[in-house]
Amino acid sequence: MAEPVLEVDDLHVEFRTEEGTVKAVDGIGYRIAKGEVLAILGESGSGKTVHARAIMRILDSPPAHITAGQAKLHEVDVLALDEADMRAVRGAKIAMLFQDPHSALDPVFTIGGQLVELLRTRRGFSKHEAKTMSTELLSRVGIASPEERMKAHPHELSGGIAQRVMVAMAIALEPEVLLADEPTSSLDVTVQAQVLDLLGSVVAENDMAMVLITHNLAVAVGLADRIAVMYAGRMAELGPAKDVYASPIHPYTAGLLRAIPDIDVREERLPGIKGTPPNMLRLPSGCPFHPRCPLADEHCVEEMPPFEEVVPGRWTACWHWTEVTR
Amino acid sequence: MSEVLIDVANVVKHFPLNDKIFGSSGVIHAVDDVSVQLHAGEVLGIVGESGCGKSTLANLIMMLEQPTSGTISFRGKDVSTFSKSERLAYRSQVQMVFQDTLGSLDPRMTIADVLTEPYNVHRNFLPKKDWPDKVRQLLALVGLDPNHANRYPHQFSGGQRQRICIARALALDPIVLVCDEPVSALDVSVQAQIINLLKDLQERLGLAYIFVAHDLSVVRQIADRVAVMYLGQVVETGDEARVLLQPSHPYTQALVSALPEADDAGVIKSGRIILSGDLPNPADPPSGCRFRTRCWMAQQKCADEEPALIERGTGRPTKCHFVTPTVDAPAAV
Repeated sequence: MAEPVLEVDDLHVEFRTEEGTVKAVDGIGYRIAKGEVLAILGESGSGKTVHARAIMRILDSPPAHITAGQAKLHEVDVLALDEADMRAVRGAKIAMLFQDPHSALDPVFTIGGQLVELLRTRRGFSKHEAKTMSTELLSRVGIASPEERMKAHPHELSGGIAQRVMVAMAIALEPEVLLADEPTSSLDVTVQAQVLDLLGSVVAENDMAMVLITHNLAVAVGLADRIAVMYAGRMAELGPAKDVYASPIHPYTAGLLRAIPDIDVREERLPGIKGTPPNMLRLPSGCPFHPRCPLADEHCVEEMPPFEEVVPGRWTACWHWTEVTR
Repeated sequence: MSEVLIDVANVVKHFPLNDKIFGSSGVIHAVDDVSVQLHAGEVLGIVGESGCGKSTLANLIMMLEQPTSGTISFRGKDVSTFSKSERLAYRSQVQMVFQDTLGSLDPRMTIADVLTEPYNVHRNFLPKKDWPDKVRQLLALVGLDPNHANRYPHQFSGGQRQRICIARALALDPIVLVCDEPVSALDVSVQAQIINLLKDLQERLGLAYIFVAHDLSVVRQIADRVAVMYLGQVVETGDEARVLLQPSHPYTQALVSALPEADDAGVIKSGRIILSGDLPNPADPPSGCRFRTRCWMAQQKCADEEPALIERGTGRPTKCHFVTPTVDAPAAV
């Protein structure tokens, strides 16, 4: 693998609440190289979004605390930077794309105004340069008649166009890493397809590394080189996207794959995953997935399986990974 | 064919736009001349993207909105002519399940309170002494622990809360459930459980559903018939397998094609239709065919003349001038 741009190691994030401590992210790690797309897949509460906000250092503290771990951008641990240094990294080296573009844009200013301000303050462009660059950015993200759109306020834009504007802002400072948090989940399917195409080409053109956070396996396999699956704050599985999809080696991944309804097949009953997602305040002993797992035995109840590379390039945290079938 | 329970005939719903601050005016064409029928014991899927009018249609059926024109009939009688007691009876027989479970449960009511509230409104339905037993029955029916009746909504997960909402909808022994995106807010693993529950209940209780959803793969699992909506109008309707597997309207084709789907080896299917542009403004819909601004087959005729929703050789009504039994999708853009 090429030299990693971002290296996350043993990241721990806790939420200290009145009811107790929630280990939202409990020791995850991965590396991502230039031009690579790593999808982080998980359901609500799995810690996928919290991990990204921890790397961006935009978690509210309290209640959130990063209690251990590193997130190295080249050789610099961004988790150890003071706020002033972090501000130079945020947006310029690591940018983030959010699920809801309309709440990420400032409703009071025009699109052009927001882009121009970004380019003037962060890249030191003159007003004229910033305007030219803004127009260029908007046309690069596939917005028709960008000069006209510059004058629009966010409420005048549809969700798809607003998310394109957010992509333009995210790449404006030419970051090395893009953390895209459910970038298409609030969009309609026909528009979702457009934005996914755009993200794929933006990453390739700019040779960025993208961490794509999603709950949608098909979106992940369509865009990502590798997929990491999270469950209850931990990594369950990590491997090449097509391998994870075609032959999962963690029962949770296999369960997710079976639970996704397929338009081509009408099932008498969908094979879902039994039980409910874990209560993060009272996690089960051993492997957190064991109460829902068809392969669970005594060993799983007693001891948490380590997250290990069991086949070259493929990682899993399961005592019974050899028995997993799709 | 079985009895028509709900007959929506040429229903129009316009919302006036009277914005004093920005000075805009006009009407939003939320639902425009929609006709659909729900038969006893069947599941009618209503699909479309945001703003297509599918939720407004559900609200009209629930009598939460009054149609601008057209009629909605229940078992042959126009609901707008219902007397007070008929309206009460209608509301016990036609119940609704919403997407947002937290928003549709009062946080200060226990589950037992939630499930018995319908009996406070429908006074003669069940004597008060039988309420505790009924609560236990309802919870068991939807797969929840009957001993949890005294808990509060926040003590349950999203999937469990949706089960509570379904139990409440069943409290008055309805014959129709109108489900508005009942599984869209749930995680995939839980979504499958709720779809299975709805299928179980439908078979056991002989219910009919109007199942409003944007996710075609979900609709495929449960619907018998499907109506596809675009900008307030039904553009195609028919048997679920035909509409979803061999769509004849270009919009349905695009919707099906846009689903991110991979084969078993993880290879994304090719030949996807990627629509250009966005949904037009519903206050100012395009002339002729409303889909023409995003359609790759659009011609002058589409701007001049609105196509009728009629059968065009594909065995089901389709609102498009250029339907041929085998429409070739364009190559991926």
